[in-house]
Amino acid sequence: MDTSFNIMDCALIAIATGEKAQNLRELRDYLKHTHRGCLYYHFWGGLLRQHSSDTEFQNDFANWAHRSLHDARVAEQLSLIDPNIFKDLESLRRELIEVIEQRLYETEYIPWARPGNEFQFTRSQTVVFDTGIKIEHPEQFKDILPNLTLSSIFYHCIDARRRTDEIKSDFIVWLAGFGEQYAELINLLDQIDPYFTTLSELRQEISYVFNLYFKNGG
Amino acid sequence: MKTLLEQYATIVGSEVIDHLKQLANPLKGMKIIHINSTKEGGGVAEILNRLIPLKRELGIDAEWEVIGGNSEFYQCTKKMHNALQGNREEISGKLYKAYEDINLQNYERLRFRLEEASIVFIHDPQPAALLHYCSGRKGKWLWRCHIDVSHPFRPVWKYLRNYVEGYDASIWSLADFVQPLSHPLYLIPPSIDPLSEKNLELTNEEISGFLDAWHIDRNIPIITQVSRFDRFKDPIGVIQAFKLIRKYTPVQLVLAGGGATDDPEGKQVLSEVLEFAGNDPDIHILELPPDAHRSINALQRGSDIVIQKSLREGFGLTVTEALWKGKPVIAGHTGGIRLQVINHYNGFLVNTPEGTALRVRYLLKHPDIIELMGKRAHQVVLDNFLITRHLQEYLTLVLALIYGSEDRIEIKMQAHA
Repeated sequence: MDTSFNIMDCALIAIATGEKAQNLRELRDYLKHTHRGCLYYHFWGGLLRQHSSDTEFQNDFANWAHRSLHDARVAEQLSLIDPNIFKDLESLRRELIEVIEQRLYETEYIPWARPGNEFQFTRSQTVVFDTGIKIEHPEQFKDILPNLTLSSIFYHCIDARRRTDEIKSDFIVWLAGFGEQYAELINLLDQIDPYFTTLSELRQEISYVFNLYFKNGG
Repeated sequence: MKTLLEQYATIVGSEVIDHLKQLANPLKGMKIIHINSTKEGGGVAEILNRLIPLKRELGIDAEWEVIGGNSEFYQCTKKMHNALQGNREEISGKLYKAYEDINLQNYERLRFRLEEASIVFIHDPQPAALLHYCSGRKGKWLWRCHIDVSHPFRPVWKYLRNYVEGYDASIWSLADFVQPLSHPLYLIPPSIDPLSEKNLELTNEEISGFLDAWHIDRNIPIITQVSRFDRFKDPIGVIQAFKLIRKYTPVQLVLAGGGATDDPEGKQVLSEVLEFAGNDPDIHILELPPDAHRSINALQRGSDIVIQKSLREGFGLTVTEALWKGKPVIAGHTGGIRLQVINHYNGFLVNTPEGTALRVRYLLKHPDIIELMGKRAHQVVLDNFLITRHLQEYLTLVLALIYGSEDRIEIKMQAHA
């Protein structure tokens, strides 16, 4: 059986659904039915659109609430939804709607955006491909990681949490296949919080962990 | 001599080029044809001039064809263009007939190639009716809309929609520009080419040479707006901001735009601008020809801060160009500018002349922030708005169209037969 790790890569393309929310209530209403790919795009897609990596809030819904609705309270609440802990997109959708409904219940008026600043629902298609690079031994990652594309980091560290039963990165799942041998390395990798970071920083952090681990003799 | 891909690798990094090669691998040998209406001039031709050789270097059998037309056809498409951007333009049945006839003639000329191509990209409204005639097509057809159709003059959009509905997908620059259609609406922002005359590196001597020729003093801060003389670009508002700034600090303003040859409103706006500027020696109003790419490049590079105080804007490629040159941009909070200028990060988004003046004064007082924002500005364009990203998205789109409509498409890397 082939136990090597295949380095994959991906590319993402955005598709407008044509749905536009003018206020917080419309946002909730669209969220009930919109394509679930929109949730993926608006929570994770920002990582691959690097220009938005420096924004104050962590997903497009929170950013819109902050910039266009000028509702700091709901922006903060939306920003704290960590998409990585939900087992599927439908659970994430329910939580998102719950947070918005709570805000609609509290507030005396419906926060609204000026024309031209509507929330534009967008979904994505992801093309995944095998780069042909195979890793036979974990130590090889030391040299490979600094040169991986950011989209490859996205695929193995962020996207993986949606694909794997363990909700972990592909690196961790693969290392776990060696039994207890790499338990310490897995522990170090597991401590990296991918949420408040850019892909470039995430690549650096993972590289650092592999370097540290194997420098110390593994 | 370096190949094109090697030249781009020196700018974007070899991993980006490797990524392009891998995406293009399953498309090797595939016939992809782009159709537009002009070989030279305009952003579309500029992009295609570079995209086609890049695709060919990646092993794709890419072609570019330009449709021909007569004066009635161009009258019709010019009106169509204006109408799609919101102007009330009545188009006569005669002009519509010319549009259809010219599309039919071009279809007959290109018939074999259009029918055989695996992917056909049709750019903008001019050749959009080609699909209607191509009943024997084998490949996928995409309509690439480069203009803002968010508030079209409805009768004209209704006419054009009949033609574009039949495409397999359409591509738009921004979600704001989209009109609902029954096929997938892909979003691909435009890009700039770092190797073009307008964007390549220039020496300090060359920059100084241009500025000296225009009698612009390099020892006094330079703020610049590059755009045609159009009310939506608010050149009067820029001069108002300049006058507010100069009360506090020495500064020069450059307003550079294309000559207003056949545009009556452009002439009117230019004369208003000249009158409002008066004989102020620190205001430089430059009328440059449309092909003055190197001059614009030098002007942007020689400026300390770039302004784009638009009241309404499409994507705003002049903003992209300025950011690429490491300049913080102070720009109107509108259109595609909002995708590029991240407020307080690589520039400022403003709504008034007063806001513009405030931000310019702040930056002139803090040269270290100008430098920091300038570095970030360059990086934002490097990561997001160069032609290599544009190409990557075109390749991804083609793969998505060929391999299915699912959210996730896993492809095996084998050359396309």
